[in-house]
Amino acid sequence: MKDDNRQVDSDRRRFLGAAAVAAGSVTGGAGVAALGAFSAGLPESADASPRTEPVTDRHRWGMLVDTSKCADGCTACVEACDQENGLGLQSEPFGDNEAKWQNQRAVWIRKVKLQDNASGHVTNLPLMCQHCEQPPCVNVCPTGASFKRADGIVMVDRHTCIGCRYCIMACPYKARSFIHERVEQKLTRAPRGIGCVESCNLCAHRLDEGKTTTACQEACTAGGHQAIMFGDLKDPTSPLRQALAAQPNRQIREDLQLNTGVRYAGL
Amino acid sequence: MAKRIVYREWLIRPEHYWGLLAALAAVIAIGGTAALYMEHEGHWVTGMTNSVVWGLPHVFAVFLIVAASGALNIASIGTVFNKPDYKPLGRLSGLLAAAMLVAGLLVLVLDLGRPDRLLVAMTTYNFTSIFAWNIFLYTGFLAITIAYLWTMAERKGNKFQRPVGTFAFLWRLALTTGTGSIFGFLVGRTAYDTAILAPMFVVMSFAYGLAVYILVLMASFDWDGRPIGPAMLKRLKNLLGLFVASVLYFTLVYHLTNLYGAKHADLESFILMSGGIYTVLFWLGWVVIGGLLPLGIVYHPDLGKDRNWVAAACGFVILGGFAALYVVIIGSQAYPQEMFPGQTVLAFGAPGDIGGAVAPYAPSLPELLLGIGGVGVAMLIVAVGIRVLQFLPESLADSEVEGLSGASA
Repeated sequence: MKDDNRQVDSDRRRFLGAAAVAAGSVTGGAGVAALGAFSAGLPESADASPRTEPVTDRHRWGMLVDTSKCADGCTACVEACDQENGLGLQSEPFGDNEAKWQNQRAVWIRKVKLQDNASGHVTNLPLMCQHCEQPPCVNVCPTGASFKRADGIVMVDRHTCIGCRYCIMACPYKARSFIHERVEQKLTRAPRGIGCVESCNLCAHRLDEGKTTTACQEACTAGGHQAIMFGDLKDPTSPLRQALAAQPNRQIREDLQLNTGVRYAGL
Repeated sequence: MAKRIVYREWLIRPEHYWGLLAALAAVIAIGGTAALYMEHEGHWVTGMTNSVVWGLPHVFAVFLIVAASGALNIASIGTVFNKPDYKPLGRLSGLLAAAMLVAGLLVLVLDLGRPDRLLVAMTTYNFTSIFAWNIFLYTGFLAITIAYLWTMAERKGNKFQRPVGTFAFLWRLALTTGTGSIFGFLVGRTAYDTAILAPMFVVMSFAYGLAVYILVLMASFDWDGRPIGPAMLKRLKNLLGLFVASVLYFTLVYHLTNLYGAKHADLESFILMSGGIYTVLFWLGWVVIGGLLPLGIVYHPDLGKDRNWVAAACGFVILGGFAALYVVIIGSQAYPQEMFPGQTVLAFGAPGDIGGAVAPYAPSLPELLLGIGGVGVAMLIVAVGIRVLQFLPESLADSEVEGLSGASA
């Protein structure tokens, strides 16, 4: 009996020793490799492999809408947004009232047509989340699901949203939608689910992949209107900053001093 | 020697008691089924939309929560303000407050888009949100009310009654201020952007809580053949009159404030003149049924002495309370958000998408059933509570209440 035990013990000792050496060399090797990667990647670390890097505040994404270029009757931006974020996959629940459904379906961007009461001048513009620097929706959210990214994008964490809808009450722009129905179809880049709130996120999935356009801007440009200019508000050399400096523009509900990321010219 | 008040369990006949419980259980079951249906299908089955995101369940929930904090006032008057006549009413006051708070929270939670994530709401906080504060204000209120009840019911705890009662009173003021502030600090909506909503909610809570309290007291006493003396009833109904008049006063100031600010004139004309159902509910519900009518009854030389009329006045105050909260919560959402001053909104998104126009809202049956189910929960807790524990005094006859010292519980 005893000899057997001794035999087993020595076997185990050998195994453990070998395992320790192997583990040590693997972790050590990995450590050296990591160190190498760290020192090599240091200078351009912020731009390396976008999906694995945390969002930084080096950019603040924003928009300028030139309402004089926004065409009456054109809904290219709305259609592009629906397609990009899978909102076109929504279908009216069986048995719902058509008029009510139009007010229940999720809308991230909408075309608004205004007429000046004094002059009669008609203005068209796209209206979406204004990506405020001081977002009221973020202030009121009890769980912090409504949040602002370091790059200024205001969005909803769908894992912590409890569907209380307080953010919709707080938003001055009617930019948010509550998902009123079961979601049968959705896109992997824009997951959606019943009972949560959602809104425009400036196509964050595109930006995280290193692109610098939004679906609505692309569609507007492709349509030959160029009413939407998207870019970095923090970069003094960006076309957006130059356009903002070149023409008078304003925020919707400027009185609230929310410092919106979306600005309008000709309004 | 100071008199002592004797408390007894509710002694109505078992068949009445179990019949009442069965009826309440049925109401609750129907409300629960309605909530399940709403959760399973999604909120499209309700009247709620992206314009009116808080519907009838919020009206019920806010009423119950506001009335809960008001119901606790009766106990506060006895212990904090040291009015011995109110001391025998204290225990029921605490029970009713706790019951209505639980019921209101239940309705609120079941109307969430994701009620299954309640745990997230209780573990992940954003302290700039008044909602997050309210989670603590509400759970704290429950704990303090239970402690308060203990000091009232347990002789060893009697000496803590005053400090605990004072703390509970201050806490309930904070709670209703918090509830009012949910609405009061919403800058994006014209009707809400005013701090007066918080004190107005406090005064509303005094009136609605007392109205519910008087009705529950009268019903439970009548069924059990226990007397309420005319002097006791007079005290309560006069207090109700005072609170109802205060609600009317705050209503007046709220609207005058809005009328004075020129940019709110459109909202005022909507609520006061052109708002359809909201105008009707404001004038007929909030002002006449919930205000002038009960005032007329409780201060009428004859009707004010008749307990049936006093009960009716309480019912009117409650109806008026629902109408008031409907106007405050739903009317204010239906009113269009003003984004483009000086411009008329010709189109807002696809046809049917609402912006720049009054949003339609019609409450659906499941919403109503959920709300009524919540009321059923409150009543069930009270019924079981007074049956198994000594919450009700044996008698509120004037001869029993007279001469109570401030020290007796």
